[in-house]
Amino acid sequence: MKIEKASPTDIVLALAGNPNTGKSTIFNALTGLKQHTGNWPGKTVTNAQGHFIHRGKPFLLVDLPGTYSILANSPDEQVARDFICFGKPEATIVVTDATNLERNLNLALQIMEITSDVVVAVNLLDEAERKGISVDLSKLSAELGVPVIGTIAREQKGLTELKDIVDDIVMKKLQLKPYQIRYSAGIEERINQLSLKLEKILRGKINARWVALRLLDGDETIIESIEKYLLPSSIDLRGEIASW
Amino acid sequence: MKNKIPLSSLPIGAKGEVELIMVNGLLRRRLLDLGVVPESVIEVIRVSPAGDPTAYLIKGSLIGLRKIEANQIFVKQL
Repeated sequence: MKIEKASPTDIVLALAGNPNTGKSTIFNALTGLKQHTGNWPGKTVTNAQGHFIHRGKPFLLVDLPGTYSILANSPDEQVARDFICFGKPEATIVVTDATNLERNLNLALQIMEITSDVVVAVNLLDEAERKGISVDLSKLSAELGVPVIGTIAREQKGLTELKDIVDDIVMKKLQLKPYQIRYSAGIEERINQLSLKLEKILRGKINARWVALRLLDGDETIIESIEKYLLPSSIDLRGEIASW
Repeated sequence: MKNKIPLSSLPIGAKGEVELIMVNGLLRRRLLDLGVVPESVIEVIRVSPAGDPTAYLIKGSLIGLRKIEANQIFVKQL
């Protein structure tokens, strides 16, 4: 995955979200690019990237494929996952559909397990209103432990606030405590055992708890990606894990 | 297991509440991500002309499942 920074000082941001949440509309509104928006799978085939300047700073926004999950069921999901894990975005914007939050928060929670630098944009608020749905944004933010911004991307509403929050996250002005899913005692014990061993190899380059969860899930693709993006070729992570 | 029936046996228009997902691995993960989780309500919307797959309404989205998949999802008919 190539990141085309206009300058080395560019602040890299990831834009994630389910399909049909208006993610590309937000991308276009923020960057001024005319990325084609439309409703079909795989539309964001490769990562679109665009620049914007806010509060005098250059940002590079990377539009990830629209997915319901990032647990690598498909190439799209693996692209999204790998960018969030290894592309080192300084903040991730998760775009959600206000008319169907229950489905959309699955992805937000998955991303919050990997990184705490997350802002949730609740988009399509106008459609939600038409359907009689009102979203309590401040309560949602309190429950998730990350900022939540309401947006209507088609009308450019909420976007300045979104950019302000993104900058606050990047500048570490906010204390984020993303909600973490707790698993059953047996699983938590295995997570802790694995995390301790993983941390010695990963050394803070990626969230060890999350990697432990993926290993318990039987996900082999994460091992390949870690070897590819994070570790020197002298380290055989697969071999290490097999020896535990 | 008394009132648990496979999702595939529900007629068009019927609703079922998910009780058990007898699938493992990636397909299980996929189903969970699509909202097929215990207690979620699934409505049968329509069946393709060939009789398979079937379109289900799951948490606000229309999702097509093959019979082979829907056979392994057990629901309580509502």
